[in-house]
Order: sequence, then C-alpha cells, then structure tokens
Amino acid sequence: MESAEEVAKDAARREIRDRWLLSAPALIIIFLAATGPLLIVVIYSFLTPGPYGDVVWKFSTDGWLSVLMQRDIFDDTLTFADAHLSIFWRSAKLSFLTTIFTLLFGFPTAYFIATRPARQRNIWLFLITIPFWTNLLIRTFAIQEVIRNEGIVNTVLIKLGIISQPIQMMFTDFALMVGMTYVYLPLMVLPLYASMEKIDFRLVEAGYDLYANRFQVLRRVIIPLVKPGIVAGSILVFIPALGAYVTPRVLGGSKNMMLGNLIELQFGQGRNWPLGSALSLSLMAIVMVALLLYVRSVGRQGGAHG
Amino acid sequence: MASRFDIRRQTGFTTIAMICFFALYLPIITLVVYAFNAGNSIAIWEGVSLRWFYQAWNNSQVVDASIRSLQIASVAATIATIVATMAALATTRTKPYPGLGFKYAFINQPLMVPEIVTAVALLIFFSRIKIWTGYSGLGYLMAAHTAFCIPFAYLPIRARLESMDLSLETAAADLYATPWKAFRRVTFPLLWPGILAGLMLAFVISLDDVVITEFVKSGGQDTLPTYMLGQFRRFITPEINAISTVFLLISILIVTVFFFISRKKDQE
Repeated sequence: MESAEEVAKDAARREIRDRWLLSAPALIIIFLAATGPLLIVVIYSFLTPGPYGDVVWKFSTDGWLSVLMQRDIFDDTLTFADAHLSIFWRSAKLSFLTTIFTLLFGFPTAYFIATRPARQRNIWLFLITIPFWTNLLIRTFAIQEVIRNEGIVNTVLIKLGIISQPIQMMFTDFALMVGMTYVYLPLMVLPLYASMEKIDFRLVEAGYDLYANRFQVLRRVIIPLVKPGIVAGSILVFIPALGAYVTPRVLGGSKNMMLGNLIELQFGQGRNWPLGSALSLSLMAIVMVALLLYVRSVGRQGGAHG
Repeated sequence: MASRFDIRRQTGFTTIAMICFFALYLPIITLVVYAFNAGNSIAIWEGVSLRWFYQAWNNSQVVDASIRSLQIASVAATIATIVATMAALATTRTKPYPGLGFKYAFINQPLMVPEIVTAVALLIFFSRIKIWTGYSGLGYLMAAHTAFCIPFAYLPIRARLESMDLSLETAAADLYATPWKAFRRVTFPLLWPGILAGLMLAFVISLDDVVITEFVKSGGQDTLPTYMLGQFRRFITPEINAISTVFLLISILIVTVFFFISRKKDQE
C-alpha cells in the first residue's frame, strides 16, 4: 500500500506532467519558427559568405570583424571602418530622440485621458487604440503623403504662395523623426495611461495643501508616481525604433539607413550573410541590455507599487 | 462666477493632447479622403469618384495578395489561439512549479527579439529547408506567423483565466466530471471572451505583418502589406489609398469588437 503522502506526491507529479504536455505545442511551434532559428544565426555569423548569397561552410570570424573593420582588398589588412558603427550610432540617436518626443507628447495626452470623467475616458482611449492596432505600414504611408514633395503640406504652402519650391522633407532625418514619433506615439501613451489611471489624487491635493505650485506637483508628485509607466513606455518605443525597418525604408531612402535596413542590405545586394548575422546579433544584444535594465528598474520599484 | 481650483489640471496639457489627437488622425483622414479622388494625384483634389476602388478590385495582384493575407491570417490565428489556450491553461492558477518561469519567458520570446532579427533568422532557416525538401509553399509563412501570434493570443486568454473563479471547476470535478467535460461545460463557456479576444488580436497581428513576411516569402507570395511596400518606390496613385482604406476599415472593425470585449470584462 502506498501512503497518503506518496499518493499526493504522485498526483502532483502527474499534474506537472500534464501541464507540460498541455503547453508543449505552443513551446514547440515557437522553438521551430522563432527561437531555434535564432541559434542558427549564431552559427551563420561564424561562416564564410557564399558568392551568390548564403554561406560556405568554412569557419571565419570575418563576419564579426567587419562589423567594425574593413578588409583591404589588395593587401588583406584590417583597418577600422566606421561605416557600420555610424549607422549603429544614427539608429541609437534617432531611437533615443523618438523616445523623448513620444514622451513629451504622450505624457500630457495620457494625463489628459486619465483625468477625464470615467465615461469619456473610454472614448479617448479608444481613439488611441485605433492607431495602435492599425497597420504600421499604412500609418507610415499616411505620414508620407503629408510630407512628400507633392504632398499636402507642400501643395498647400505653394498654393498660399508662402513657398515657390516644395520643401524637401522626404528622405531626410527630419522625415524619419516625424514618421517614427508619429507611428510609435500610441505605444507610449497606453502604458503611461495605465499607470496614470491609478494615481491617488489625494496625494496631489496634499501637495497643493503644502503650497506646491502646479509645476512642483507635477515634478515631485505625479512624475514619481507614474515612473513605472514612463519606463515601460520608453522601452516599448525604444526597442522597436532601434530595429525599425519599414519606416526608414519608406521615409528615409538609401542615404538615411537605420540598422534594420543595413541588416537587410547584407542579405540582399550585399550578399554577406555572416556580416548580416553578426549585425543582427549585435542589435539583439543591445535590446537585451535595454530589457535587462528595464527588468532591474521594475524590480526595484516592484515593492512600492505592488 | 469664480472657477474652482481643479487639482487635476496641468497647464497646457489639454492643448498638447488635442494637438496629438489631431496629428494622429489628420494623416489617416487625408489618406482616406484621397482614396475617393477622381484625379491621379494624392494631393490635388479633382472630385469624388470610386474609380480607384474599382481599379484595386480589378487588379489581380491586389486581389491575390489579399486572399493570401486572409489565408495566412486565418490559419495562423486559429492554430496560435488553440495552442495559446492550452498553454494558458497549463500556466495559470497553479502553485509555481519547475519550468513555469521558463515557459513564460519562452512564450513571450517573440515579443522580446526585434522583428528584423527573427525575420533574418527565419530567412536563413527556411532557405535551408527549402533546399532540403523542395517545398516552397505558403506553409513557411503560416508557421512563422503562427509563432509570433502565440504571445498575442496568450495574453488576453491568460488574463481572463486569472480573473476566473476556480470553485466552479472544483465543483464540476466533485460531481465526477472528467477533466475534458469540466473544460467543455464549465471552463470554456467562461473563458470564451478571452479566447475570442486572443483570436482577433492574433488575426490583426498576422494581417499587419510586414517585416517577417518580406523576408520569408518566396517569389509570387506577396501578402497585401508586402505588395504595398513594393509599390511605394513607384509613382503613387490613389489606388494605394483605396487599398489602405479598405484594409483600415477591416482593422478598425476587428479592433472595435476586441476593445469592447476586453472593456466588458473589466466591468464584470
């Protein structure tokens, strides 16, 4: 006879086994069509590029070396080259600025929604949700129609006689900034709203009772209270902005590449899959660092906000 | 009448919010309006016409791409929702057990890696398999879409499960219902709004995908978004606006239903 304790143990073990079986299909699909292939990228980054794309199965560190360096075609020496590094830097800079701009516009917007009466709130929230879930490509295209040479802005300005030649906005960093801020704004507003919804306005009232002015209340009471939302929103904007592909392709043109386009180039015309793999992994490493910082900052605040 | 001091007010915030809403919708509304332009331009208005909708409707490339998009989205969303439901049942309402944290991380993995990196990885992996097996059908796109749809389907289902009362299922078990019967008669009827929300979210996510599809597709496998991306390099006519408008309408419809399902849940 088994003891009651053993029966219970058996049941617990069976339950865990069932739970693994139940989650297995999801885990297997993700492994086969997402995580597993990432491991292959690591292998490819250490191979030799094939003449027509793909790779030759010969070990080489050139893929990684050429992230930062250039091999001279005559004497085979490696020299430091900043072509790729400058695109990394551009991507980081533009993503950072996008995060700042979405925060500057998104914060008041989220605050405005959070301070509406409950009934109205849903309508405003819905107005943010619509662009959040509509196709990024269509939104990029919409902003393109506004700023291109034959677009609305230039046409109106010329008709009004303010300018005689269209202002070239497309294919500039300006276009990229406007476009990215536009497409990522809802990603900033929603997490900000989620944490503003929970603000206890008695704390704000206490601030005013202690003779704080509006700006002091904002800086000393509201912003500290919604800091988790600020961090979450910034992460949600910064990470996709860093890997952006569609927006820079449509608005930036070939001179204003970002990392995503540089990676694509290696798999297309560049025919350097190992370099493309090494660049992808570098991008992923940066994103992982950002996520890790995020997890740490949430962990630190977790106790206070429960 | 002296206005009361409103502690919630912050100077200028309402103005900025209004500018934001205006800026968010102006380009989209412009896009939709010019879909009805009678002329060839996307900026000079020449009167109302449905000609660009007719033209898109008669453009076999557009129609084929739309059908392909819907096929992929239907298959991917359905499979993703089924396996995500199973995974959600396996990872909620339990004491922590070995591997639970791993499962969370694994299911959410597609959300944490930049899309371009996943796209490149799948390009490499599938191009190998294409050489080995000789198969180059829509299966690759469906598999890729299913994988990145799983976390989106999983989120609302898990949220719904966690807010559900366990005692009803315990009661079912006490009344000698088999686990399957308990699921079908008790859990499922309570869970279905979450499942429906997950399905719709997965469907929209699949329909919208550009980057992964662009890298995974073989020749002649354009979906609607990749077809549109290909058109941007050329001279643009309002036909693209017409296609976008229809696309937008479908997305808004699905999102609206989703929004009200998930709001209702909060109020219950």
